[in-house]
Amino acid sequence: MSIFIDENICNGCKGLAEARCERICPGDLCYRKENMKAAIRDQSACWTCAACVKECPVQAIELRLPFQACSNGASLKARLKHDKTIWTVWYADGHQEEFIIQAKCLKGDR
Amino acid sequence: MSIIRIDTDILIIGGGAAGCFAAVEIHKKSPDSKVVIMEKAHIERSGCLAMGLNAINAYIHSGQTPESYVSYVEKQFVGIIRKDLVYGIAQGLNEAVRDVEKMGLPIDRNDDGTYKKRGKRSIRIFGERLKPLLAEAVQKTPAQILNRVVATNFIYDGERVCGAFGYGVRNSTFYVVRAKAVIVATGGASGIYKPNNPGVARHLMWYCPWNVGTGYAMGIRIGAEMTSFENRFIALRVKDVHAPTGTIAVGAHSKQINARGEDYLERYYKHIGGNKCLTQHRLLATIEETKAGRGPCYLDTTTLSESDERRLKEDFLNMNPQIVLLWAGKGMNPRNKPVEIHGTEPFVVGGHCQAGYWIDKERNTTVKGLYAAGEVAGGAPKKYVSGSWVEARIATATALEDIKDVSLGDIDDSIIQIEKNRVLSPLNKKSGVSPLEMRERLQKIMDEYAGGISMNYVIHEERLLEARRLLKCLKERIKDMTAVNNYNLVEALECVDRIDVARVLVEHLIYRKETRWSCYQPRLDYPEKKDERWLVFVNSIYNPDTDEIKMVERPLCQ
Ligand SMILES: Cc1cc2nc3c(=O)[nH]c(=O)nc-3n(C[C@H](O)[C@H](O)[C@H](O)COP(=O)(O)OP(=O)(O)OC[C@H]3O[C@@H](n4cnc5c(N)ncnc54)[C@H](O)[C@@H]3O)c2cc1C
Ligand code: SF4
Ligand code: SF4
Repeated sequence: MSIFIDENICNGCKGLAEARCERICPGDLCYRKENMKAAIRDQSACWTCAACVKECPVQAIELRLPFQACSNGASLKARLKHDKTIWTVWYADGHQEEFIIQAKCLKGDR
Repeated sequence: MSIIRIDTDILIIGGGAAGCFAAVEIHKKSPDSKVVIMEKAHIERSGCLAMGLNAINAYIHSGQTPESYVSYVEKQFVGIIRKDLVYGIAQGLNEAVRDVEKMGLPIDRNDDGTYKKRGKRSIRIFGERLKPLLAEAVQKTPAQILNRVVATNFIYDGERVCGAFGYGVRNSTFYVVRAKAVIVATGGASGIYKPNNPGVARHLMWYCPWNVGTGYAMGIRIGAEMTSFENRFIALRVKDVHAPTGTIAVGAHSKQINARGEDYLERYYKHIGGNKCLTQHRLLATIEETKAGRGPCYLDTTTLSESDERRLKEDFLNMNPQIVLLWAGKGMNPRNKPVEIHGTEPFVVGGHCQAGYWIDKERNTTVKGLYAAGEVAGGAPKKYVSGSWVEARIATATALEDIKDVSLGDIDDSIIQIEKNRVLSPLNKKSGVSPLEMRERLQKIMDEYAGGISMNYVIHEERLLEARRLLKCLKERIKDMTAVNNYNLVEALECVDRIDVARVLVEHLIYRKETRWSCYQPRLDYPEKKDERWLVFVNSIYNPDTDEIKMVERPLCQ
């Protein structure tokens, strides 16, 4: 598995002609199913670039690694907040780590 | 199937690092010129920069000069580079970086306001959103952006490139874009060789999996001259996830060690400064250590402090979040265990190595009306992201100057029909060869006969001749390819392009009868470097009428 989409959280980006994850994926892998929930069409084509993870406004998408590369259940989520990107990493043993990183200079600092 | 026709002054193919910078640049220089960007994905997160970057690898710090930059690159590439191209890049690096900083890119600074030095020629950035920032700058210009339109071929009248064809995957529409000038900026090529990870992890690779060399292939198909494909790039990367090692080696000063904990670069390269050896030596020594039974090899991260470790993770989140996930999955931190490294499959790229269009200082290709910038342009290795921006700046200036007295070409309907039929034909077949089968066959041939990972990258004439023969047969099967939907169709088109690139690559590998780059192009049958004979560029020109690839040599000084 490369990304995991939680259907309970995904709101289908209702009202948008194209879902946000669908719009952003550099490999054109995300799409909306008939039930208006997001899905990935081919796990083996995922670059694990996290673009969809960052783009989802409700954090329905988690980045995971294929079992082959790393057999344990770690996952990564991200959230964009103004000029910062906030990452949460879950370790296989359940503990988590958070990173808040500047990602953009606001007008005044340029 | 509907057709959309668009006319413009300048068409940019590929809205990546170079393509986006080019669009902004044209608007600055000539606000009235019409610009169209044709982009396969979405410019906000496409190409190499989709994940972000944590460093700008080409920058001139105080104490360095464009001249010293050129000598550095020349040494790294064992005497073969286009000094004129590299010099032009070096002159423009700092200004280009400043321009992108103004778009909102956060750069690490010293207290006195100067950029913090990461390595001798690099700076540290917080580039997670570098691509969205470039896209935002483009969106402020009136440029027309065609997202999800895959370029398939140039429109070429035998003398001048007058636009390009594209396929819109969202609206199943065929695009015919006429332009007075075309700037190609589609990046390099991945997926030519069998990748490190098989099956479901096949795209857990270093280079962008959707840069498949289409820009090269489109040029090859109209007889544009290509250079130095034999200078393949094989990267030393973190095993399994293929994150760049520079972040650890340069950013955190970690040494390469073997399974016994020895600093093996010191042992191999003491005579040339140990750890200061060439980039390719870092990989070569790693392969040798592994062959000698002293692997796996690692980057020794166990000496990092707790704050260094956190900073390292932050740097990777800005560029390769997978490695942070790898550590989390293994329940370890880099301070507890060194990071395992190995070589990737070979890539064809003009940004780290120098495969690409043969261009002049103004970024003209050998075909009128066509200009190249970024990874797709040859002869100027180690240009990286900042060098790609500089090339985009130079190419736009040339294109704007050239189009002053050019008018749009007439395009015959029959040419449009031929290309449309070629592009769509896989959709119309019920049975045949799937894109997956085609790709795997290509990658297997290249891996086994043209020096892939399973052959430890080595090549020699007999195997290469077999690769040549097998690729010719494979090309004949292209007509049997099938596709069930648009996504699948793009995969099929990617196979066609990769095969064209692979065939040219094999001819280049056959032609250079010496070993110039001991790791990227190791010839078993010609293991020595021969300066008296081979201090030349190996170039190629494809003839679409005879399906032959003609090899030509060009002198070093241009
Ligand atoms: C993982 C990774 C990390 C890197 N880290 C660094 C770093 O830290 N520092 C640094 O200086 N450099 C780094 N580089 C190198 C840098 O990213 C590249 O040199 C730079 O992006 C090259 O710019 P480009 O415009 O040629 O290619 P790209 O930026 O890849 O742009 C190519 C564009 O063309 C589009 N395209 C491809 N085919 C088609 C088609 N058929 N039709 C339409 N569009 C198409 C792609 O979707 C993409 O948008 C890194 C590269 C990678 C892969
Ligand atoms: S972006 Fe998030 S909410 Fe929108 S469709 Fe995708 S997963 Fe669902
Ligand atoms: S992680 Fe990247 S490649 Fe994978 S589905 Fe998300 S956007 Fe696409």
